[in-house]
Amino acid sequence: MKFGVIVFPGSNCDHDAYHVISKHVGQPVDFIWHRSTDLSTYDAVIIPGGFSYGDYLRAGALARFSPVMNSVKEFAAQGNLVLGICNGFQILCEAGLLPGALIRNRDLHFICDYVNVRVENTDTPFTHELKAGSVLQMPIAHAEGNYVCDDATFEELKREGRIIFRYCDAEGQTTDEANPNGSRDSIAGICNRERNVMGLMPHPERACEELLGSSDGRDVFRSLAGTLAAAA
Amino acid sequence: MKAKVYVTLKPSVLDPQGKAIKHSVQLLGFETVSDIRQGKYFEIAMDNGVSQEKARDEATRLAHEVLSNPIIEDFRVEIEDV
Repeated sequence: MKFGVIVFPGSNCDHDAYHVISKHVGQPVDFIWHRSTDLSTYDAVIIPGGFSYGDYLRAGALARFSPVMNSVKEFAAQGNLVLGICNGFQILCEAGLLPGALIRNRDLHFICDYVNVRVENTDTPFTHELKAGSVLQMPIAHAEGNYVCDDATFEELKREGRIIFRYCDAEGQTTDEANPNGSRDSIAGICNRERNVMGLMPHPERACEELLGSSDGRDVFRSLAGTLAAAA
Repeated sequence: MKAKVYVTLKPSVLDPQGKAIKHSVQLLGFETVSDIRQGKYFEIAMDNGVSQEKARDEATRLAHEVLSNPIIEDFRVEIEDV
């Protein structure tokens, strides 16, 4: 089982993702420069957080045109697993691999903080090791994390169980106060219809060590690895 | 030939930046201002000798595929002979 972490100019969570895969999941992992186009040796690809292309134009808008993104689209279409974290989520939306868009936070500020996130669906390759309804503590660090989509998309996401994470308070209640960025219905993470592409704004890769404040994100990567092991 | 592209958030999409600007403007005493929406403006220089139609087609495609995100934004294209 081999993981790839895509590196755009301006990615800055690539090393965190690499660290988690190599040290905690214990699997081989490569950095993939955004000009590469060959993903044939990988079983899962992570699009990490950061500020690809300085967030110019719109967050994730220019990364979509990097050569590797065509390969990521094919990779996903073949059913392989793609996980987008923060800027990675923004890129997946811009690239049309996930529906909706991420716009400026409700209160305009860049938010760097721990948030609580409720697990909404554990029937995905990324969350089956988690407990439905459990509350995870993970950091967020973004200015454009306000998830928007039209009503038809929203109904579809709900109906198909594709809302994977919601912002909540410590008790697991979704409230306006617990919604850090104004996202529609407190949405923090979603997946595509086929469930092999997931994007989320919180950083599970930065929540994998107790020493750093939380290890709640580890099970996301354990789920991923478990899915690949079962498929092997 | 010059193309001007105006990108604006769809009316249904909240514009927190426009809201913040409106708030400040009202604090300054501009009493007649009832709303402000922020957008983006692009000036695109195009080869001389390109026809109006071709310039409009290219600029529209560019606006649709790159400059705007159709999920949240609308755009308007103007072509100018320079």
